[in-house]
Amino acid sequence: MIQMEQYLIMNSLAFPILSTTIFLPLAGACLLLFMKSEKSMKVTALITGIITFLCSLLLYTNFKTDTHLFQFGELLPWIPSFNINYTLGIDGITIFLILLTTLLTPLCVLSSWSAIQNRVKEFMFCILMMEAAMIGVFSALDFILFYVFWEAMLIPMYLLIAVWGGPRKDYASIKFFIYTLFGSVFLLVAIIAVYLKTGTFSIPAAMFVKDFTFTFQVWVFCAFALAFAIKVPMFPFHTWLPAAHTEAPTVGSVFLASVLLKMGTYGFLRFCLPITPAASVYFAPLMIILSVIGIIYGGFVCLSQTDMKKLIAYSSVAHMGFATLGIFTLTLFGFEGALLQMLNHGITTGGLFLCVGIVYERTHSREIYDNAGLGPIMPVYVGFFGLFAISSFAFPGTNNFVGELYILIGTFINNKIAGFLAVVGAIIAAAYTLRLLKQIVWGREDKRIIPDMNLREIIYLAPLVVFVIWMGLFPRPFVLTVEKTLAHLSSQLQNYLH
Amino acid sequence: MLNLLLPEISMLLFAILFLFISVKKKKGSSYSFVRLISIVPLAISLFSIFSKGELFCGAYKIDLFSQLFKALLAYGFCLMAFMFEKTDEIDEEFLPEYFMFLAFSVLGLMMLVSSVELITIVIALEISSYSLYVIVPLRKGQSKVQLEAAVKYLFFGATATGTMLYGMSYIYGICESTFLTDIARILPTFLSQPYGILALVLTLSGFFFKLSLFPFHFWAPDIYEGASNITTTFIATIPKIAGTALLIRLTMSVPTVSAQIVNILIVLAALSMTFGNIVGLVQKDIKRLLAYSGIAHAGYLMMGILAFSKDGNTAAIYYITVYLLMNLACFYVIMLLSKRGENIELNDLVGLSRRAPLLALTLAVAAFSLAGIPPTGGFAGKLFLFTSAFKEGYLSIVIIGAANTVISIFYYLNLVRMSYSKEASRIEPLSLTFHQKAMCYIFVFLILYMGILPFGIFEVFRAAL
Repeated sequence: MIQMEQYLIMNSLAFPILSTTIFLPLAGACLLLFMKSEKSMKVTALITGIITFLCSLLLYTNFKTDTHLFQFGELLPWIPSFNINYTLGIDGITIFLILLTTLLTPLCVLSSWSAIQNRVKEFMFCILMMEAAMIGVFSALDFILFYVFWEAMLIPMYLLIAVWGGPRKDYASIKFFIYTLFGSVFLLVAIIAVYLKTGTFSIPAAMFVKDFTFTFQVWVFCAFALAFAIKVPMFPFHTWLPAAHTEAPTVGSVFLASVLLKMGTYGFLRFCLPITPAASVYFAPLMIILSVIGIIYGGFVCLSQTDMKKLIAYSSVAHMGFATLGIFTLTLFGFEGALLQMLNHGITTGGLFLCVGIVYERTHSREIYDNAGLGPIMPVYVGFFGLFAISSFAFPGTNNFVGELYILIGTFINNKIAGFLAVVGAIIAAAYTLRLLKQIVWGREDKRIIPDMNLREIIYLAPLVVFVIWMGLFPRPFVLTVEKTLAHLSSQLQNYLH
Repeated sequence: MLNLLLPEISMLLFAILFLFISVKKKKGSSYSFVRLISIVPLAISLFSIFSKGELFCGAYKIDLFSQLFKALLAYGFCLMAFMFEKTDEIDEEFLPEYFMFLAFSVLGLMMLVSSVELITIVIALEISSYSLYVIVPLRKGQSKVQLEAAVKYLFFGATATGTMLYGMSYIYGICESTFLTDIARILPTFLSQPYGILALVLTLSGFFFKLSLFPFHFWAPDIYEGASNITTTFIATIPKIAGTALLIRLTMSVPTVSAQIVNILIVLAALSMTFGNIVGLVQKDIKRLLAYSGIAHAGYLMMGILAFSKDGNTAAIYYITVYLLMNLACFYVIMLLSKRGENIELNDLVGLSRRAPLLALTLAVAAFSLAGIPPTGGFAGKLFLFTSAFKEGYLSIVIIGAANTVISIFYYLNLVRMSYSKEASRIEPLSLTFHQKAMCYIFVFLILYMGILPFGIFEVFRAAL
């Protein structure tokens, strides 16, 4: 048994806070099963979401920014004969991802308040299960525990698409499931391979201790990278994404875009770089090429979309391309930029999908033309939509600008051509987003009567707006929190960069 | 001596009791009676789990391993009795006989897990097989499919037994003994020669037939389709437990293992998985689908056995236990859906989540478990199997197994997709009785329990080896 205390600062709060954050949604979900009225189910789900969010805020207030070690650690034996432990802990990489998850869940519940009419109980159940699994993925420090959460998340996500999805839900949900599972099974094989080398399924043990041979690293990296690249999704593994995004209900799209995609990039940061550093350095040029292709390709595809959700889905391919680009520049700037980009994309794209959901509820169409010319009809809505749209193409003063700037700095340090192409991609992003925005605001002149946003909708978009502006104007607190962890990661990699 | 044989005796008495009931003139329905007394063998097997000893000049071994498997068999039998419902599947008139044969079959399997000598193995195997030959055609109201299935099962079974006996004659010729311990000592030295391999492979084919491992799988789909739902439930699960036990017993007694044997097993396992899963993709009848899934699962199971290690064997036992539960759960849903004992097609599942949400949930949990998605027991079992095979360095079979998981998800997901995603044009609610609901909850609970908290059970299985 490897001494976990070296890497894990045990939880010093009065209660096991990470477990609480994971199991609160589960408890809420179980509570739902005994309810009869739809109203009470919605309220229960909302309250559960809010309590979980408050609980995760405690994580932030108690987070120590002066260490790169894992905090709030919990350690219990789970399957002793295989050295599998119930290990939880978070560091600078995961703290904001967890906060993002817990923030979005109550907003998602609010957004589906009137949009979901049938099978409300199952719907809320799925949302809360998703939340628990997503927090679990980000806080698990044991490979098997991680894998259980990683895979268990597929089931509620599958059901969200397959039951409440659009017309082609059948095709989209199966494609999503099989694609993701295809990546994950090889992740499992790689996990077992690492276990047989280290003798434990502990993630920190593999991260900090072992120096594997280069060949071994290459194979493990390939298996890891396949799973994560599908999840991100990187070009050319992105084909499941447009289908799943388009057919999923609003909540499904928000979860997919804001959290699920981040698991891929999280996997790169947490597994690929520290466990297989030499292979990561070796494969970095390839990953940079794929990222740049993703950015440019995603941008061009967006230019020709007529479906709002599809457009945002393809723009996710481009934006996540920036995140993977940042990671594989292997510089501190790149890492920080990638992490910020992950959060920003989560907030902005989540906001955009919620906006599409709002207008879809009124016009029952996702086509840009059907929803064009809303400027004079729904002024408040257009205000929100405009803000998310300009933040999406990294307008200075909004959150995405900061992330992309960091990434571009990192890229220019590492590779001038990639940096140049990424800038081109950013310009294409401006082109397609402005085209969308122009259509939505001024696209049609005819008078229609569509009610503007109501108070509930303003309430659930407002927190996202706050973050868009806050992270755009004053990103220092965010960078400060993640800095130590990423600096350590970067120093770990220095030995392998010539 | 008798106290060592308690589980077998209880099963025998069970069978004899129903023999007497069957000659009675007036026959009432006796479901609750069956349920009640099926607990007795289970209780007795659990009670005698720690007994130890040898009988019949060492041909019959009673140890924790055998007793554990007997308890498992009795447990499976008990669950089956509780699943049994008043449907129109089996003629009321033949019910007592039906139970009698089922009990005889379980008795044979119980004897099988204790046998450590070739002749005993054959006798035990045949007791169980002959009872099954009789009950396969017992199905009411269908055309002639059940008869066709019965004849096929009889012929395939007889051929498999013949092949096995032929192999055993070689083994006896080589080792001049019928005891497994002697064989395990002498046979490995002959495994470099063709007739040594031939003897072993022919003998194993009899066991592979029970497990429906490729290429001894031909019987499975037709028999599953032709036999009544409840008979299929039995054939699909309980004999496989005993088959696994026997294989593990064999691998345990072998001190060293030659590369050829492992290679043969790897090839068989890989073919079995791949064949089962690929053919499973196009099945419409759920019982046929589960038959091919069973062929694939026999392949997964072999991963634990071909590791020839303690971990591997434990993983195999764990997997077969989970397999029992998830298959029983699937078949239970089928049985409840088929009101007149007909076969259920995939299309019949459409709208199930609205007709009976609990059944849809049970089916979904079982399907995800069969596919090996956490947090179900199927995942834990697969994890143990993969790890143990990988530990011995058989990476190829692990990768094939992983790839097969992806192939298989399509048809397992189909079960879930049909019941959740497709909307039926008209919905007739399916109401469940308290007993049926309780059974569904028990299956869901057990499958999830084996996925989330596997350690206690795993340690018990490991101790038995």
